[in-house]
Amino acid sequence: MSSHSNYNPTNPVEKWFDERLPLIRFSKEHLMDFPTPKNINYWWTFGAVLAIMLVMQIITGIVLAMNYVPNIEMAFDSVEHIRRNVNYGRIIQATHAVGASMFFFAVYIHMFRGLYYGSYKAPREILWILGVIIFLLMMATSFMGYVLPWGQMSYWGATVITNVFSAIPLVGTPILEFLRGGFVVDNPTLNRFFSLHYLLPFIIAAVVALHIWALHVPGNGNPTGVEVKSKADTVPFHPYYTMKDLFVIVVFFIPFAWFVFFAPDILGHADNYIRANPFITPAKIVPEWYLLPFYAMLRAVDFDLFFINAKLGGVIVMFGSILILMVLPWLDKSKTRSGNFRPMFKPFFWLFVLNFMMLMYLGAQAAEGIYVILSKVGTAYYFGYFLIILPILARIETPKPLPNSISQSILDKYEAKALKQAKIQGNGNSEIQGKGGK
Amino acid sequence: MRNIFSALALSVILAIPMPAMAAPSGVPAELQKWSFAGIFGTYDTNQLQRGFQVFQEVCSTCHGANLIAFRNLTEAGGPEFAESQIKQLASEYYIIDPELEEGERPAILADLWPSPYATERETREANNGALPPDFSVLAKARYIPRKFPLNFYDMARAYQEGGADYIYNLLVTYEDEPPYGVEIGDVQQYNAFLGAGTAMMSPLMDELVEYDDSTVPLTVEQYAKDVSAFMYWMADPHLVSRKTIGLNVLIFLSVFALLMYLVKRRIWAGVKH
Repeated sequence: MSSHSNYNPTNPVEKWFDERLPLIRFSKEHLMDFPTPKNINYWWTFGAVLAIMLVMQIITGIVLAMNYVPNIEMAFDSVEHIRRNVNYGRIIQATHAVGASMFFFAVYIHMFRGLYYGSYKAPREILWILGVIIFLLMMATSFMGYVLPWGQMSYWGATVITNVFSAIPLVGTPILEFLRGGFVVDNPTLNRFFSLHYLLPFIIAAVVALHIWALHVPGNGNPTGVEVKSKADTVPFHPYYTMKDLFVIVVFFIPFAWFVFFAPDILGHADNYIRANPFITPAKIVPEWYLLPFYAMLRAVDFDLFFINAKLGGVIVMFGSILILMVLPWLDKSKTRSGNFRPMFKPFFWLFVLNFMMLMYLGAQAAEGIYVILSKVGTAYYFGYFLIILPILARIETPKPLPNSISQSILDKYEAKALKQAKIQGNGNSEIQGKGGK
Repeated sequence: MRNIFSALALSVILAIPMPAMAAPSGVPAELQKWSFAGIFGTYDTNQLQRGFQVFQEVCSTCHGANLIAFRNLTEAGGPEFAESQIKQLASEYYIIDPELEEGERPAILADLWPSPYATERETREANNGALPPDFSVLAKARYIPRKFPLNFYDMARAYQEGGADYIYNLLVTYEDEPPYGVEIGDVQQYNAFLGAGTAMMSPLMDELVEYDDSTVPLTVEQYAKDVSAFMYWMADPHLVSRKTIGLNVLIFLSVFALLMYLVKRRIWAGVKH
């Protein structure tokens, strides 16, 4: 972590403090003076959105935990009690529930941005891997949070997802019973899920700290993928990016507030307003929208392969779909980072995005007919993209020439703009002249 | 600016909501105009009062509402009955209290709506083995499935009132005889909206409940609409105050966003980027 600080405390108290604990120096260096490429676009602002979302979820969650009762007889009513009787409880609860969805919107945009601009490439592999760990922790946290209201979908979601672990040979059943705290999903399950749901966000916060640390070693990437070469390529983080990020955060809060205040239930399932009932299985058990692509891949494997039965195969595919992201820096060996300069990469990337959305759609459909076939195709493309397409592209693709530096790319951009404007003006003039001639 | 719009567009596309429950397989639902739908929606107090009357006189003989307190009926944004009226009403109900010598006492405003039956067994015995669901959040536990892209349309207009539509359509589509070839149970009646038999016999008929307001028609459709609205209020009793705060929040955020945009533009004005 190189020093970018120009912090010179003049006040003797500040000086005394700085010599003992350079907290202010550290903050100034990393939150204010940190040199950040000039040219990063709006796709880069979602990191700040995510940081705010984590804070929002933790604060609303702590208040909810003050009123929630983790007991199967009372959990459902205690959530309703929060909505009906706790002061502003209905807004805090809705913010937390909708917040989970908004958190995942932001994380998907953040991840797809990383995939497109090659943010995972050297020297940012650790940064990327920490991000994948955060994503895994988020999925675990949101899943356990969804169980807490103890509605029908909570109960049956918990049953289906914990059951996934039983597919693992030898240790599967002990893991299953450990997760559930018994043979079936019951009060002990709810208790441990509540405990872990409270713990995991703080682990996420710790990994986020590492993620930002790992970011501040090489610094931000940028849309050209060319590393910072001189001071002319950067601006200090504050006020340039603090204010830009804040602008986006406020804009992001508009759809967020829309859901919280006007349609807090629209992103959830009506079934979760029915109390958990172990004797009645809902017609369709579906996870929240943000877990659907992975659910679709889990269900896509409905065939045995050698000694791997369908259930275990599905589990391998589902976990593999996330774990494969961890080795992505070593699968995509293309020297060019940014998708902007990779003509062959671009169509495959956008197809990957579409494919992900298709899987999301399929995850909510019944596992029958055309949906099963499409799920298999989608799963194949998901893995094919990482295991076949990216390694081959790295070998055969001729990337477009990169600009010499970030500043150069900016100059080029302005020049092109000026040229275009001049051309339009030129055309306009000749037209007027033409008319005058007649 | 273009980037942020595409970012927002992507985030909306990513939010494909997926209905989870099996759709009723019968006739398509007729969506009603609800006064509480949309971002400016508020409850119609008169409608809620009529709906309560239907609930009390018809539904509550079998269905409970154990999250509703008598005091809720007097609160702002709800049916807004006079407090004295509800105190009088509460005193006509009895709350089981084993601590007392008499074993029960008249209800007060703070009490929850008493269940019509003491136990589940008793409930089932009285209802041919069926279990009438509790009404407290029922309007949110039911919905009309909406296919893509209608689900996005609903998000864009903040329409999550499908539960009230479900209840209305259920109540008005009972038929005396099932269509040819459809089998239903012995103690069931055919419902065209469900496309199946249901253990709840048609509970409403014209002129069943006498409204104070003589201009309101005494029809099954009117009763169904009123009681559906009342049930939606039970499931979402603070909808009005929430939406009112929401409007203020939206106005605040829009102005704040505009100011932040200007701040950002001003700061970046001197930097080529």
